[in-house]
Amino acid sequence: MNFPILSTITILPFLGAVFILLFRGDSTENKSAIYVSLFSSFVNLFLTIFLWYSFDKTDPGFQFIEEKDWISGFIKFKFGIDGISILFIVLTAFITPICIISCINSIKERLREFLIAILILETFMIGVFCSLDLIVFYLFFEAGLIPMFLIIGIWGGPKRVYAAFKFFLFTLLGSVLMLAAIISIYWITGTTDVTQIFQIKIPKEFQYILWLAFFSSFAVKMPMWPVHTWLPDAHVEAPTAGSVILAAILLKMAGYGFLRFSIGMFPIASDYFIPLIYTLSIIAIIYTSLVALMQEDMKKLIAYSSVAHMGFVTLGIFTFNVQGIEGSIFQMISHGIISAALFLCVGVLYDRVHSRLILSYGGIVNIMPKYALLFGIFILASLGLPGTSGFVGEFLILVGAFQRSFLSAVIASIGVVLGAAYILWLYKRVIFGNLEKKELKTLRDLNVSEGSILLILASTTVILGFYPNIIFDTIHISVDQLINNFQQELKINLTQVK
Amino acid sequence: MENLNLILPELFLSISIFITLMIGVFFKKSYNLVNKISYIILILLILIILNSFSDNGKLFLDSYVLNSFTNFFKILILIGTFFVLLISQSYMKNRKINCFEYPIIILLSILGMFIMISANDLILFYLGLELQSLSLYILASLDRDNIKSNESGLKYFILSALSSGLLLYGCSLLYGFTGSTNFDIIYSKTDSTNTGAIFAMVFILVGLAFKVAAVPFHMWTPDVYEGSPSSVTSFFAIVPKVAGLAVFIRFLQIPFNQIIDQWQTILIFISLASMILGAIAAIGQTNIKRLIAYSSIGHIGYALAGVATGTISGYNSTIIYISIYVVMNLGIFGCIFLMKREEKYTENISDLSGLSKSHPLLSMAFLIILFSLAGIPPFAGFFAKFYIFMSVIENEMFTLAIIGLLSTVISAFYYLRIIKIIYFDESQQTFDEIKDIGISGTILLSCTLIVFFFLYPAVLNNIVNVLLIN
Repeated sequence: MNFPILSTITILPFLGAVFILLFRGDSTENKSAIYVSLFSSFVNLFLTIFLWYSFDKTDPGFQFIEEKDWISGFIKFKFGIDGISILFIVLTAFITPICIISCINSIKERLREFLIAILILETFMIGVFCSLDLIVFYLFFEAGLIPMFLIIGIWGGPKRVYAAFKFFLFTLLGSVLMLAAIISIYWITGTTDVTQIFQIKIPKEFQYILWLAFFSSFAVKMPMWPVHTWLPDAHVEAPTAGSVILAAILLKMAGYGFLRFSIGMFPIASDYFIPLIYTLSIIAIIYTSLVALMQEDMKKLIAYSSVAHMGFVTLGIFTFNVQGIEGSIFQMISHGIISAALFLCVGVLYDRVHSRLILSYGGIVNIMPKYALLFGIFILASLGLPGTSGFVGEFLILVGAFQRSFLSAVIASIGVVLGAAYILWLYKRVIFGNLEKKELKTLRDLNVSEGSILLILASTTVILGFYPNIIFDTIHISVDQLINNFQQELKINLTQVK
Repeated sequence: MENLNLILPELFLSISIFITLMIGVFFKKSYNLVNKISYIILILLILIILNSFSDNGKLFLDSYVLNSFTNFFKILILIGTFFVLLISQSYMKNRKINCFEYPIIILLSILGMFIMISANDLILFYLGLELQSLSLYILASLDRDNIKSNESGLKYFILSALSSGLLLYGCSLLYGFTGSTNFDIIYSKTDSTNTGAIFAMVFILVGLAFKVAAVPFHMWTPDVYEGSPSSVTSFFAIVPKVAGLAVFIRFLQIPFNQIIDQWQTILIFISLASMILGAIAAIGQTNIKRLIAYSSIGHIGYALAGVATGTISGYNSTIIYISIYVVMNLGIFGCIFLMKREEKYTENISDLSGLSKSHPLLSMAFLIILFSLAGIPPFAGFFAKFYIFMSVIENEMFTLAIIGLLSTVISAFYYLRIIKIIYFDESQQTFDEIKDIGISGTILLSCTLIVFFFLYPAVLNNIVNVLLIN
């Protein structure tokens, strides 16, 4: 296939943004901007689905590779996907139109600029998942900060400036160390092409320090305890669409980074640092679940629940067995959908009442039955009810973790119970009870666009819960290869030590 | 007979300066005319130099050298000057300091820089340096009726004279211990056992560090930048830095090449101190020109990090860095010249608040340039820093790399603060509409180069990589 489809899906949203920027109408300006952004994001969605369809699920290597001389003699601009990255691209292309539809209702001022920011962000996010070169990866990884910074800062809540700065500086601080590591890798191996680095193999003595540098970046982005503090702030202050993108896709970049770069390039160090990852993940699961129990702000509660769910993901990735890794990829996709839906649900209430405090609600079910039903599905999916996508991921991760470390798996299981506790309590306090507050009595139920978005997300959750093979078919062979390479490296290392 | 064709640019520049001076004196209110003639002179000079870009040669008993390295820097200086004159035109008129001497003195200082860069002899080098510096003192106090401008001129003069004295002392020591003023002979006579030459090297580096405003010789920068008229500040922030770095590379590559172990430590310290101070001291600034002053100190720190490696690839990364720095600074000063409210130019950062609502395009230009200055990908500023750290890590100077990278995070904070004021804060009154095609064209050009640099980042490498081979 010669058509550069990966570059096309990367550049298309950007072109849409440029189009909106250059052609401004007068009175109907927002309308044309909305149409252009919807058009480009939907075309992108169809292109990625086509890409997924034409993707060869039996080939463990990278496909659709595009290579171009970039910095002469130094670095090549290299794009390519395998079974793992294709799913994240589909997720990105799936979530973006949903964000655009949701923000048409809720963003009142400067909608045009908001759409531009979202589209540019989509370009950078797809770029992250496509790139097969460390420098290209870093470029997109970091560039995503700019639109997100603006989304939080311009359209955010009252403490938006603090949240935006915290988000930007935390992430940047983690990432510059990764840049140093990337440059060091170039001088060690003579290339930044990931596929070649997998072949060349980085010497053991460098792996530990480089792993830590990459870890510093991914841990902040993931976010892992104790560098997760930017996430609740950013989520609370960001507008709904911003929170959705943040939770659904930006956090997944780190998980993807661990899978693609940390494990692939530094297998020995990854094995060495398992205790560190496990400790941090377990703390994240238990501690943030407890913190989430005590939250009064709905968005903050969901933000802390994200940290806990991401704790499961890191736990799963570093089990290095098929169940654990496939489980955590599944968990990332499923969390992308569920957390996006939960933030949209909170956004629906916030648009009507302009409060995110749990206390200001109660008895919503009496006037918004459709909303209560859909919200309920996502609540159940979030706590991992069998039949929803939340169950499959968590279950597989725990199965994988039991093989590695009995104790951590047991503690993580307690985390599942805590997760059920805080999320059900949230649902009970917001939805059930008597409708006492006067200002709630006039609430409208979901309108068509809100209802259809949530319905799509809910059906995706249920479909993935009943038929998870859609995802496993695609990732299976790539994960197998990842684990085989990893085990082989460890074996070689062991024989060398002996 | 010497081949005078080689120094055609310098000859042409000197003669045209005298002719323009005469025109300026004999025509009344001749600022416009002189300014236009200067554009033509600058463009002609660029063409002349491009025509003989890769010519090599030494003149006047090997005391004057011409090669593609010096030519590259001369072109960079000319381009910088051209755009500085272009964007400052309306400012000079509105502030009523549009005297015809301004372009002429700038041309004179360029002549000084040309001599300084091409000098292969200590005496000639000092001549060029002083011609440049004297012109700069006058420029700083160009706004005669303004006490701040006078103060900045005087401050600059006194401190700069002191540093010139130190430099001259270093030159005389170097002559005493090597027996020659010629760079090539000094090169063969210096080694790590020649203590006197090492001593001289320290003095000369101090003098040079002062000229490019590197820490700890940076004290004059914020005051001079703030006090001088903005047009002069834009010149100070761009052109003398280019010349200063060229001289740094010339000195370290030829006369002091043998004592790299000795000067490397000094340069690493200067570079680190500039990065850190530039990042931290800029945080508290409220005046945008002072902020630019500290930011330029930080940028010089990064540029010197490339020099500190003492390798060809390091020097190349510095040349790339300074080229991108010129582009970014032209853009930011273009934006500053548009900050005019009720017929008065404002310099307070807080006056920018809410700019994004009233001037969406100007604020977008600010956004792009500031993110680029902060070194955030995918803008050109990132690649500038990337090449620097590439060569620094290549030479295994990890401390320099890590501290440099961390200070980019600190410096990102104050760039973000400006963006915050522009985009997140409530709006004040709007700025006056300035229709100046020179300024908007320069900003547009600068932003285009910054944004689309990532498509073909090798464009500068290809030019720069051949400069230092000969």
